Parts: sequence; C-alpha cells; structure tokens
Amino acid sequence: MEVGQLQRSFIEYMSSLFNEGFLDAQFSQLQQLQDESNPDFVVEVVSLFFEDSERLLNDLTMALDQPNVDFKQVDAHVHQLKGSSSSVGAQRVKNCCVPFRSVCEEKNTEACLRCLQQIKQEYLLVKNKLQTLFELEQQIVAAGGAIPMMQ
Amino acid sequence: MNLGVGSVVKNMSGASCSVSWKSNDNNQFPAGLRVLVVDDDPTCLRILEKMLRNCHYEVTKSNRAEIALSLLRENRNGFDIVISDVHMPDMDGFKLLEHVGLEMDLPVIMMSADDSKDVVMKGVTHGACDYLIKPVRIEALKNIWQHVIRKKKHEWKDKDFDQSATAEEGDRQQKPSEDVDYSSSANEGGNWKSSKRRKEEEDETEERDDSSSLKKPRVVWSVELHQQFVQAVNQLGIDKAVPKKILELMNVPGLTRENVASHLQKYRLYLRRLSGVSQHPSGLNNSFMGHPEATYGMSSFNGLELQALAATGQLPAQSLATLQAAALGRSATKGATLSMPLVDQRNIFSFENPKLRFPEGQQQLNNSNKQINLLHGIPTTMEPKQLADLHQSSQSFGAMNMQGNSRVQQNNALLMHMPQQQPSRAQMLNETNNGSQVSRPPLTMSQQSLSSNGIPGALLSRSGGIVANVRGPVHSPVSQASPIVDFSLNQNTELQNNSFPLVRSNSGMSTMTSKRMLQEEVNSDIKRSRGFPSGYNMFDELHQQKSQDWGLSGVGSTFDAITGTLDVSPSMLVQQGISSMKRNGQNGSSPISNAFSSSREESGNVNPMGGNFLTVKAEQLPDASYQNNFFPDQFGQDDLMSALLKQQESVGPVESEFGFDGYALDNLPV
Repeated sequence: MEVGQLQRSFIEYMSSLFNEGFLDAQFSQLQQLQDESNPDFVVEVVSLFFEDSERLLNDLTMALDQPNVDFKQVDAHVHQLKGSSSSVGAQRVKNCCVPFRSVCEEKNTEACLRCLQQIKQEYLLVKNKLQTLFELEQQIVAAGGAIPMMQ
Repeated sequence: MNLGVGSVVKNMSGASCSVSWKSNDNNQFPAGLRVLVVDDDPTCLRILEKMLRNCHYEVTKSNRAEIALSLLRENRNGFDIVISDVHMPDMDGFKLLEHVGLEMDLPVIMMSADDSKDVVMKGVTHGACDYLIKPVRIEALKNIWQHVIRKKKHEWKDKDFDQSATAEEGDRQQKPSEDVDYSSSANEGGNWKSSKRRKEEEDETEERDDSSSLKKPRVVWSVELHQQFVQAVNQLGIDKAVPKKILELMNVPGLTRENVASHLQKYRLYLRRLSGVSQHPSGLNNSFMGHPEATYGMSSFNGLELQALAATGQLPAQSLATLQAAALGRSATKGATLSMPLVDQRNIFSFENPKLRFPEGQQQLNNSNKQINLLHGIPTTMEPKQLADLHQSSQSFGAMNMQGNSRVQQNNALLMHMPQQQPSRAQMLNETNNGSQVSRPPLTMSQQSLSSNGIPGALLSRSGGIVANVRGPVHSPVSQASPIVDFSLNQNTELQNNSFPLVRSNSGMSTMTSKRMLQEEVNSDIKRSRGFPSGYNMFDELHQQKSQDWGLSGVGSTFDAITGTLDVSPSMLVQQGISSMKRNGQNGSSPISNAFSSSREESGNVNPMGGNFLTVKAEQLPDASYQNNFFPDQFGQDDLMSALLKQQESVGPVESEFGFDGYALDNLPV
C-alpha cells in the first residue's frame, strides 16, 4: 500500500476510535507528550497498560473466584484499573470500572462477575484496536511516510 | 519501560539547571524543580514522569512508598516536592504524606482516580498541599512549583522574631556566592532553592548555608511563649482561635500574626495527630519509663538549652531565667519523675533523654561508666574513628560534668571546641545515660553553668534544636539515647550539619559540609523520631491529661511541622521537653538519648556533647540535627534545628551555650 493511503487509513481509524469512545482526550495528551526524545512513548505507555491490566484482570478473576470474596481487595484492583485506564485514555474500560466499584461495595459477587466480564471484553476490544493502530503506524513508517498528527 | 518492583528511577536531566537557577534567572524558574513521584501503577508513573520532564522538572520516580521515603531521607535536600498516589499496596499514601510532612516538611501533592469528597478531605486534613484527580493532565503539573514557593515563603515569614536581621542580611549578601558553592557541593536542587529563595525574598532572605546556619529570623517559641499561646487558644476555644485574636491575647511585643498563625497550624496538626496517630508514643514511653533519670536530665537539659538560647540572644533572658528556675526546681525535686512526656514521642524521646540525663548526671556521674554503653549502642553511621573519638571525648566530658559550675564553663569550652570535645561529650553523654542513655554529665555541666552562667536559654534552645533534629532517627533507637547526646546532636546539626551546634564555629562547619547528607538523614531521622521534643513538652504541660501522648506524639509531629516551617525554636522544644519530662519521667530519657545517638553520626566531630550523641544513639540525632541545619537548600528541613543554628550562629560558639552550662534541666519547672 502506498504511503498516502496508509496515512489516510490511519487517520480514519484513529478518528473512529475517538468517536466510538474507545479513546478519549487523555490519549491525545499521550500523543502530544511523544517527541523526538521519546519517539515511542505512546507505544511504551500502552504496553505498560496492557501488562498491568492483564495482571489486574487475572487478580480480579482469582479474587472473585474465592469462596469468601475479599471485596476490599477486589475494589482495590478495580480502582487501580480505573486509574491506569483513565491515564492512557481507554475510556470504555474506565467507564466499566465505575459500576464495578458500586457492586463491590454492595458485596454482590454475581454483579461483580458480570462487571468483570464486561471489563474484560472492553479491554480486549481496546487492546485490539490499539494494536491495529500501532501496526498501521509501523506500516507507514516502513513505507517511508510520517505518521500524521491527529488533532 | 518497566519499573521493577520497588524500583526507583531518577532522571537527572536537569542537572545543569542548578547553575541556571543560581544565576537568578527568572526565565529558568521553575525549571529544575526536583520532583519525587510515587505511584504503584506503572502506567501512570511513566506518564507522570514524561509530563514532568516536559515541564522541565527533574523527576525521580518510585513505585514503592518505602523506597521513596528512604530516598527522601537519604537526600534531605534532594527534592522540592513530592507527588504521591493515594492507594498504594505497601503504604497508604496518606501515611507517606504524614511522614514526609513530619520529617522533611516538603510539600506533598496527593493524586488518585478517586475523587470522592471524603478522600479529598482526608488529603486536606493530612496536610497535602494539593489533590489531583487522575487522569492527571500536564497543565495541572505545570503549576506545582507554586506549592514549593508557598511553603518557603511561609517558612521565611515565620522566622523573624529572634534572629538578628543584620546577621542574616550579612549572610544574605554572600549568599550568591554561596549558592554557587552549594550547587557544586550540595545537591543541585540546593541552588534552585537558594536562587529561588533569593528571588523570592528580597529582604529577609535567610539563605541557607549548610556550613553556616541559615540566618532567618525565627520566632523562638519558648516554653513560656508557648504556654501563653496555648492559654490564649484555650481561652478562645480551639475552634475560634484565630491568629489575630491569639496574638492579641498573648500580647507579646514583637510577635507577628504570621508567627502565631504558623505556630497555630503546627499546634493543630499536633492535636490532630494526637487524636489520630499514635505510632510512636508506645515505643517512646517504654524507653522513657526506663529512665526516670532521663526525665530529670531532660529538664535540666532543657534548661541548658534555654540557656544556650539565651546566650545566643535568642531567648529573652527572662524566659531563660524562668526556664532555668524551672529546670533547677525540677531537677532538684524530681530527679526521677522527669519522665518526659515527650519521650513518648519519638522525637521527644531523643531529645528528652539527653536532657533528662543531665541533671541526673550531676548526681550520678558515677554512673557514667554505665553510660559508656551509649556509645556502643549507637548504631552509628559514624565512622568508627569518630566513634572512637567520641568515646574518648565523652569520657572526658563526663568527667567534666561531674565537676560543677566551674566545670560547666569548662564544658562549655568543650562544647565550643567541638571537634575535640565531641568525643568527650559524647562520652559524657554515654556515661550519663546508662540505660536510657542520657548523658548526664553534659547536663550536669549545663546545669551548673546554667546556674552560674545563666545561659540556660542557650542550652534550652540548643536542646530544642537538637530535639528537633533528633526527631528522625530517634525513632528507632529511641530508647535510651542519652538525652544529652541528642541534645548536642541537635545543636550540632543545626550548627553544622554534623557537628554540634555548639561547635558551629569552624570545625563543625567544615565537617558538616561533607556530612551534610549524613546529617540530613540523621536530622530527618531525629526529627522523625523525636519530633519536637521540646515543643512536645510544652504541650504536655499545658495539657496534663494527655501530656504524655501529646508530648510525645505531638512533639514529633509538631516538631516536624515546626522544623519544616520552623518556628518552633529549640528553646520551645526544650522547654516542652523539660516539662513533659518532668511530668512523665518515663519519656524523657529515651528521646534524648536517641537524639544523641543519632547525632553521633554527624557529630563525630561535633560538640563534645555531640560526641556523646553520636556514640550513643547511632541513628537518631546526628542525622536529624545535621540535616536540618545545614542544608541550606533545604528549606523545608530547616526546622527547629536551623532556627537553633541560626540562633547559635549568631551566638558564636555554641558550645558554650550548649553548655552544659549547667543549666539544670531538672530545675525547670515542669
């Protein structure tokens, strides 16, 4: 594919992510932070986010799998997930955390499990999208083009 | 990038900034602001780091609160501001906030994804200077420098009671060149602070000089003054107590509303901590209990400090007299009852012990042998050589104490020449404080001198200073550091990071520079543990029922607060310590000894008294005391110690004041 085409695809894809609520303004902040001294900043941070989230989701699964669920612990994990997802701009993931915390307070295991399921889905979705986005970037660079700045 | 568990990453990107800061270039400011960011979330941490770098700040990040705390302790003057997450697995963010506020008195910004009101309120009550909601935007980070300035300004303002302005101004003139020195020898941040400070304050500038005390006018919150303050507050009712009204009620000439306001703030924090926090008291109490003598010593020690303070001219002669009388009276009657309430608090503990010991020392110089263990006991950071020296000097020092008034003067002389004397002093301290490690001899001497010389104030202030410093380390050793040691440590630290305040003059100073870091640590430690022993005591007296707790816990906290902001003058601390000591007997000993021991590190060469400290309490005082005073760029840490130092500096040979002029702490009325 030629560079111009790749770039257009990139822009379209990026816009859709914002429009569909997968990403929010915070992600733009990350992009703005990227500069020559840290050219892979966004990828770096998002990778950290992926690792951290997967760990948290695992911990959540285990915690909710206990006979006696430690809701405080569950809440702590969700809180953490909320913080990191909001920091990278993964809006939909973050939005799932809010009701999750409420049901934690109510100590409703059933509802917690449902929330967990939902969060996992959202997480996988945004992970997929971001990975696609990064691949597009790589293709553009490989084709000798510059990555368009989103505004 | 991945932060391993408990890793810390420091980026010294702004290293060159120090130079530019110095040039007083407003355009550079606030570039180079040294930020420590703590968050267990690696994603957020990385983002924050990048954002802060983009703001041209110097960022250090850590994903563990404990690591961050130790980093802060090692680098007393290494940071300007701390940003911390609220929810962390190893330590609650608020707890870290408290520690930082108490020990280092740096501005702390809390942040969290949690924006519920009660959490934000918690941040406010714990003293956070700001609360950011995640996701944090770079715009929010751009302005964090305002908190650093604000805090500094606040501290500056508070110090304008006792210090002679001239001394400070003189100091100030040289500051620019000193800044340069600082940058080279001290942390880079130092310059930033100094230059910032210069920029900020045109005329009162108290430049902090690690070698010389920072001359800022400081209000010396003597025991009497504090009592007046508390009376006024009680009269008005704690809720309605506003600085203006308190000022009117107190009717003290020269006291400004700002002085009262900052003191009130500390007092409130102290009260809050009393009710909420109770970490140290238990520890301290134990140590204290063990040494009734300690309390005795404490009181005397306080007296000494008072004398010292007085000597330096900081403390009004009158208050000194009062303190002395109190100390004398106390020591005379209650050797064993001193148990300083302060002791409860870590801070006090270190501080008080020495004091307590002193009076007793006189009577029981014979115990000196027992006290030698102090030296041994000190976990010191001191170089073995120093330790050895201390031992020696303390021995001689101890002997000196025994002698009586004439001795005192001699002791003072010892103090004056710290380098040599320190060991003896330390020895003395050690000796005097057997278990409690309160070095009595120094106290004894002071007592004697106090009576004879009438420099109780100085001593008191000194001890106050020491106490302050001791706060940090005291915590752990708390038990028995000889009060004297602590005392000296504090003093020294103030004077010169490592040396005892008394010695300030020359020897101390040079050594200090090198030991700045050590002292800082010590100071922080001392401060931590002891908090404000003296301050504590004061409160103690005022609030009998909770004297113990207040004293100890309060002191620590107060101290911290005070040291940070500095108004609490050592004398105050001392007095408080004394009173509390007297009252609680038990507490007294420990803090002091702790203080001393900690000081030992630094003081290796410091005052004779310091010597004792060093040996006695390995960690506590020396560090604390040193740090506080000597790191000029560390404004925040300039708590009592600096105040003390300043006072002492102006006074000249601190040692004399410190003296173990024989001011009998015991005599101080409890």
